Amino acid sequence: MPKRPPIVLERREVVASILDARGDALVVTGLGSPTWDAAAAGDHPNNFYLWGAMGGAAMIGLGLANAQPTRRVIVLTGDGEMLMGLGSLATIGVDRPRNLSVIVLDNQRYAETGMQPTHTEHGVDLAGVARAASLESVATIYSRRELERWIPRFYAGPGPIFAAVKIVPNHPPMVLPPRDGTYVKNRFREALLGKRAVG
Amino acid sequence: MPAKANWPAQIHRVFRESDIRQVCYVPDAGHATLIDLCTADKRIHTVSLTTEEEGVAMLAGAWLGGERGALLMQSSGVGNCINMLGMIQECRFPLLLLVTMRGQWGESNPWQVPMGNSTAKALDNAGVIVQAADEPERVAEMTECAAQLAFNSSRAVAVLIGQRVIGSKHFGK
Repeated sequence: MPKRPPIVLERREVVASILDARGDALVVTGLGSPTWDAAAAGDHPNNFYLWGAMGGAAMIGLGLANAQPTRRVIVLTGDGEMLMGLGSLATIGVDRPRNLSVIVLDNQRYAETGMQPTHTEHGVDLAGVARAASLESVATIYSRRELERWIPRFYAGPGPIFAAVKIVPNHPPMVLPPRDGTYVKNRFREALLGKRAVG
Repeated sequence: MPAKANWPAQIHRVFRESDIRQVCYVPDAGHATLIDLCTADKRIHTVSLTTEEEGVAMLAGAWLGGERGALLMQSSGVGNCINMLGMIQECRFPLLLLVTMRGQWGESNPWQVPMGNSTAKALDNAGVIVQAADEPERVAEMTECAAQLAFNSSRAVAVLIGQRVIGSKHFGK
């Protein structure tokens, strides 16, 4: 395994920085910590929070990006969730949505189930997978400076974009968004499409 | 062409009339003509998947963004979708599945039989309304009604297109 830079970034600060710049972007969060992180950064009607559906976050992002080509779609998910849907990176690499950014908060752990190591702890390189799947723009981010440079690209760079942000394996307090899936779906559609969308 | 062979074109017309804008699929020989028709249609965005559960998630995203879609697959793909269908049920996402059946009428690949035999039961257990189309002339009408049920009642609906409609595949003797 090649030597890598030290991991220093903290997940809540990373997610807060990314979502501070969201503008009118639409956000999908993968189950577990990324959902709590997004809730901690502030609830928003155009957040679609997953509490399940492991492996599906990036593909929900793809369907949403294709339905809303003038809006930026941000998927914030974890390394375990992304590993369960690796094939979706191939699908996204082929479909090439210009407005989709998939950001993996990679703590190299299954945080919700007892911090067991994921394959990224053992050297599996998610950015390498995304690059091999021919996504447009790919990075592994270790430093605050790199993160600051990438945030504008997440929102305006040509997609599909993939970034693995390496974060320390801490476990900040859970901040829970609404858990009723039907409510979160309808709220999202009403905010995006107007009242008629939930009639 | 006899009416019997026209059901893929009829489904494509139903897609147009039902404003289906995203069609995703894992290919099946039974869906080959419909996939070609959708791919050639500029109003429909087609996405080829690596596994069927990707399509369940993708169509949830499409609906969040205000578009209707359909997922085409073979019965063996239904087993791949089960956990993702939990989201569809919890969120009451509309979902239209068109499943071409294997493992039933005249099947000669024994490996297709277990999943083919479980397809309707597995979908039913996962909260999907199952409608079996075993006559070619009824496939389009069933698809149209399934789309109405799915999108106007926010439910997951699967139309199982029987092997009798598609024809059996033979492997030597």
